[in-house]
Formats: sequence, C-alpha cells, structure tokens
Amino acid sequence: MAKKELIKLKINGKEREAAAEPRLLLVHFIREALGLTGTHVGCDTSNCGACTVIMNGKTVKSCTVFAVQADGAEVMTVEGLLQNGALHPLQEGFKEEHGLQCGFCTPGMLMSTYALLQKNPQPSEEQIRWGISGNLCRCTGYQNIVKAVQFASKKMAQGGK
Amino acid sequence: MIPPAFEYLRPKTVPEAVALLQQHGDDAKILSGGQSLIPMMKLRLARPSHLIDINRISGLAYIKEDGGFLKIGGLTREAELEGSDVVRAKYPLLLDTATVIADPQVRNLATVGGNLAHGDPANDHPATMLALGVQIVATGAKGARVIAIDDFFVSLFTTSLQHDEILTEIRIPSPPPRSGGAYVKLERKVGDFATAAVAVQLTLDDKGAVQKAGIGLTNVGATPIRAKSAEDALRGKKLDAATIGQAAQLAADAAQPGSDLRGPAEYKKGLIKELTKRALTRAAERAGK
Repeated sequence: MAKKELIKLKINGKEREAAAEPRLLLVHFIREALGLTGTHVGCDTSNCGACTVIMNGKTVKSCTVFAVQADGAEVMTVEGLLQNGALHPLQEGFKEEHGLQCGFCTPGMLMSTYALLQKNPQPSEEQIRWGISGNLCRCTGYQNIVKAVQFASKKMAQGGK
Repeated sequence: MIPPAFEYLRPKTVPEAVALLQQHGDDAKILSGGQSLIPMMKLRLARPSHLIDINRISGLAYIKEDGGFLKIGGLTREAELEGSDVVRAKYPLLLDTATVIADPQVRNLATVGGNLAHGDPANDHPATMLALGVQIVATGAKGARVIAIDDFFVSLFTTSLQHDEILTEIRIPSPPPRSGGAYVKLERKVGDFATAAVAVQLTLDDKGAVQKAGIGLTNVGATPIRAKSAEDALRGKKLDAATIGQAAQLAADAAQPGSDLRGPAEYKKGLIKELTKRALTRAAERAGK
C-alpha cells in the first residue's frame, strides 16, 4: 500500500483535511473521509455526471480526479448550495418545476447548472442543454430540468441569489 | 472502481518531471488532465507504478500568437480553447473540435497535450492537428526538440515521444488570408468517441482555387490518418461538386476502419465520404469570408 498523503482543502467554505492513499478518488474522499454524501457515485466511468463537483470554479467529475489532486483546492458540493437554511433558487426551481423524479442525478445537475449560471446568468434553452450535456438523467427527459434552470435564472435576475 | 496503488509525485518544474521519468522508468506515467488515464487505470488497462502530476507546473498552460505560430502549452485545457478570442477569431477548426470533445466537465480538465500524447486514434485533436500541419515540442533531458505531426503518431496508443519526454507545446502555423477549417463528427450521443470524424483546413488563392488543403480522419484506423491523396486531388482546383466528390471518395479510400459496436467498416467508409464533403463545404465557406 502506498503511503497516505495529507489532503487539505476548502469545501463549501470550510477548511477540512484528511489523509488518503493517492489512488483514492475525489468522490470517495468527499463521501467517506469528509462525510458529505450529497455527491453521488453514478456510473463510475466518467459518463453520467452524478459525481459532478466544482473544483476551483470549474465543474469536474469527481470519479475521474484523485483526491490528492484537490489538495489546496476550493471545492463546492451540492451541500454548499443551501445558505442559512434557505434553498438556492436552483434547488427551488428543481422542486417547483419537477426537475427530478428519482433524484440520483440531481446533485450533479445542480452543480453543472450552478456553474452555468455563474458564467452565463441568462442562458438560452440551447445553452442550458449544452450546459448539462455531461449529466445524464434517466427520469425526466430533461424538459423539466431545463425549466428548473430557467426558473432559477429568472429568480436570480430578480434579486434572489 | 479504485485504481491499483501507485506512488504519487508532484514536480514543480519540467526538468524535475523529466528527471522523475528517467528515475522511475517505463512504469512511470505523466498525469495531465487524467481524463483518459484515470478511466484506464480504473479498468486496469493502465497500471503505472508512479504518477507524475504535472498540473502544478506553472507556465505550461497558454494560448498565444508568436513568430508565425499559434502556440498552445501542453497543459492547456480543452475548455480554454473554447473561451479563447484568438481561437474563436482565426481557428474555426480548433474551435469546432474543442466543442465536441467529451462533455463540459471533461473539457475543464482534459488537456490538448494529453489528447495528442495519449496516441488514441479515437481522440479528436489528432486529426485536427494533422489537418493543420502542426509541430509538437517535446522536452526531455537534453532540452526541447520539434516533431512534425506527420511523424508523431506511430501506432495504437504509441507516439514518437520518448519515455522521458513531455509534450510541452503545440505550434500551429498561422493561417494565411482566405483560410478556413471545419471539424465534422458523428457521435452516437454527446460525450462518445467519434463513430468517424473529418478535419479539414483549407487555404484558397485569390481566384478561389485551393492553394493548400489538410485533411485528417478520426477513429478509422490504428492511428489518426492524414488523407494525402485527397489533399493532392484538391490542389489548384475550385471546390465544385465534382472536385469535392472526388476528394471525399479518396478520403474514404484512405480510411482503414474496423467493424465494432459503432458500426461495420463499410458504413464507416461511407461516413468518411459524406463527412469529408460536409467538412470541405464548411471550410470553404469559412475561407471565403
């Protein structure tokens, strides 16, 4: 067994650290070492996007990054969306527009669409669809996810966060 | 799926990384974006004993025009091509390619250098770079050397990079006026490798005839393929339907696809013919602007 490395990172605004073997994937580090189980392991083959987190401002598939690569990074997971107990407009949008059924893809969808709205607060429908092109959903047919993002985009433009 | 154990090394400079490659031999691998390597390690298709993470080496990620070339640092992420003003303005072939590689999350990490150094004929940038006639800068213990892209792809997953060399830069010749390019890819779904794809780069003369043509083919052979006879057939000619049809047939003849889950070989040859027509037409439109 390779020696463990100490990994320090800032996750959802909090400094955390834990030791891990270099081969440990970021998604397992987040779920098991840090106890944040909102991020899901889906296909585990870099296809489905359920494990999407935001690392240093960019969405990544945390099943295809080693935890040790995130040493010193700022990471945001779905748990970081809730502010002072209030749902983020995107979370509200998914709720209001039925943007989920089983909910398995939702944490990844939220991270991808959060990053999309940070970069492009008023995306067109086409831009939303390209923005979630790395996230698979087997339930909704995507239509209500698009509506949920449009809901959030409008709400954020009206002064929600 | 957790990959097999390895020693993790994080050099701060290129010479340090090269020294680590020399020290640890053939079982050491460079970790760049990791978007091909990590999935292969999870499947035990790759079992490096040492991973040399070059992501913290500064000065390896850039896109700049310099000395008649567009220079792209080996560690430049695919997503950075999409966001680059100079790429958007002058290199439509690169932009086309960068937007159809995998998906947004993968492009945030995947590097242009890695896409080439991996030596996978199913990757998209190899064909693009063949069409653009680029130079590859490889840095090893004795310094940097330049490899013509035509000499770069040796066989499946094998390039002419030596074991202790790192791909540090890609040099794309600045296109003359009346140049244009296009990449046309058929994929079963977003994020898949190409069933087949064609990269075209054209330069027209002032009468609208082809002065220079580059054509690269994706995922129809053990290496990415440059369709030289199709390029030759275009030179000096105007791009009418007959000329485009002839070049498309020659490109299809150059393809050596196998039959697999993406379709039978004959289908892929037919696909190359049609995609070549579309790529030539689009590249010509862009060159004429």
